[in-house]
Amino acid sequence: MSDYKLVDLIICAAAQAWRDDGEVLATGIGVVPRLAASLCMKTVNTDLMMTDSEAWLVSEPVPVGPRGAYKPRLETWMGFSRIFDNVWGGRRHAMVGPTQIDRFGQANISCIGPDYRRPKAQMLGVRGFPGNSINHANSFFVPSHNSKVFVAGEVDMVASIGYNPARLPKGYTFADIDIRQIITNLCILDFDGPDRQIRIRSLHPGVSVDDVVGNTGFPLCVPNEIPVTPEPSEAQLALLAVLDPHNLRASALGA
Amino acid sequence: MTIGIGGWGPRRKPMALVRELLRSKLKDLTIVAYGGADVGMLCAAGKVKKVVFAFVSLDFIPLEPYFRMARQNGAIEVMEIDEGMFLLGLKAAAMRIPFIPTRIGLGTDVLKYSPQIKVIDSPYDDKAWVAMPALPLDVALLHVDRADARGVCQICGPDHYMDDLFARAAGKVFVSCDELVDSEFFADPGQARQVFWERAQTTGVIHLPGGAHPSSCAPRYGFDVKHFKEYAASAKEAGGWAQYFERYVACGEAEYLNRVGGMAAVGQLPLPVF
Repeated sequence: MSDYKLVDLIICAAAQAWRDDGEVLATGIGVVPRLAASLCMKTVNTDLMMTDSEAWLVSEPVPVGPRGAYKPRLETWMGFSRIFDNVWGGRRHAMVGPTQIDRFGQANISCIGPDYRRPKAQMLGVRGFPGNSINHANSFFVPSHNSKVFVAGEVDMVASIGYNPARLPKGYTFADIDIRQIITNLCILDFDGPDRQIRIRSLHPGVSVDDVVGNTGFPLCVPNEIPVTPEPSEAQLALLAVLDPHNLRASALGA
Repeated sequence: MTIGIGGWGPRRKPMALVRELLRSKLKDLTIVAYGGADVGMLCAAGKVKKVVFAFVSLDFIPLEPYFRMARQNGAIEVMEIDEGMFLLGLKAAAMRIPFIPTRIGLGTDVLKYSPQIKVIDSPYDDKAWVAMPALPLDVALLHVDRADARGVCQICGPDHYMDDLFARAAGKVFVSCDELVDSEFFADPGQARQVFWERAQTTGVIHLPGGAHPSSCAPRYGFDVKHFKEYAASAKEAGGWAQYFERYVACGEAEYLNRVGGMAAVGQLPLPVF
């Protein structure tokens, strides 16, 4: 095994999120999710569709950062209006980075603080979270696993629907909501606990259950046996070097 | 007055027209936009009563500083909706119908904080549906690559965003263009293919080269990173907006273009890589 960084392990683990999705649009927002989707498309699910992050579907993932002589291999126009056509049809799995996540998997990127009319910190706004969360599969990436992200109670502004029985719309069941995984700098979480409780799926090498539980603002499902997140393979690392020629991932977990 | 502003974040915003708004006496505006510095500047200038938005962002500067300030001071009302709901609201206005049913927003606080958005029963099934209300605009402001004097407008960039829907949702549509062309120009089908609404939707056209600056107008010019950084930095200083206004807005458009280096400099701004 050659040297690898934590971020490499995270990307390779996150890449498995789309493994069994078949022919869907994989959208990774931010360097880590985008590289994860790219790696997945190059390895375990070559049927995935990706965009150039602007207006075209591409037949192979576009390396991140300045492109030099590389020209994206376009295959289909995919402006924003068509992205919504795709979203509403449900053939998409997005991996996004919320500011807050609660025990129901409800997520927030809108604003922070108890007073919506005068937020303590205005963030991006809900963006596409409401539509994504009720139309297609979603996973989350959290670069810094702590209880400011994984909050007690509910997130300050519920921007995406989660497995919250109190908010389930008329005629809906949990089967209509599809939140897959949360990949953090400590572990991978899923929603396979009792009643969709968030569960520790794997721990990154050297991370303990206490590290995760102590940095999460709500109770987690902790199985008796928890696997260690697999280390990246030589082949994965070689592909990552091509997909991220400027090593932008080096700073993707924060300073 | 409700004003819709085309473009997306820091991309192909009608910034020269926005600067004209900043110089005008208009106030108490409701701004409907996939927001960038257009929204931020109008907030900074105290022109805004309400913003209808899904995000306000400069992309490489994720949080728009003056919009942020206005929100955190409780200075503006908002209607915060999903990007796709926004599209549906414009589409409903364009179709002259009161709402479009959608599942978007169910289970979220979008409905809590905008209680004017109703959840309804369907005549065809037993599920809850969000009735996304039409977002009719008094005026839409857009920037395009080329236009002719009759209002045929062409967008050459890879994405026309929702500009066509803004044009259809508005009572009056004013469009700035980088290039004013003779109608003959559109005789080429390749050129006519990049026209996304009919000239009947266009109220007026004004020739303003560089009119999207500091936002981008791909493939002509990218957004001006240095200028946006200066703009964002101004928000951190007392009196920063007044200084920005004095230097880049009060001077008028001809002098603005001089102060940002002229079209020669604007035309050299590299296209962003996403």
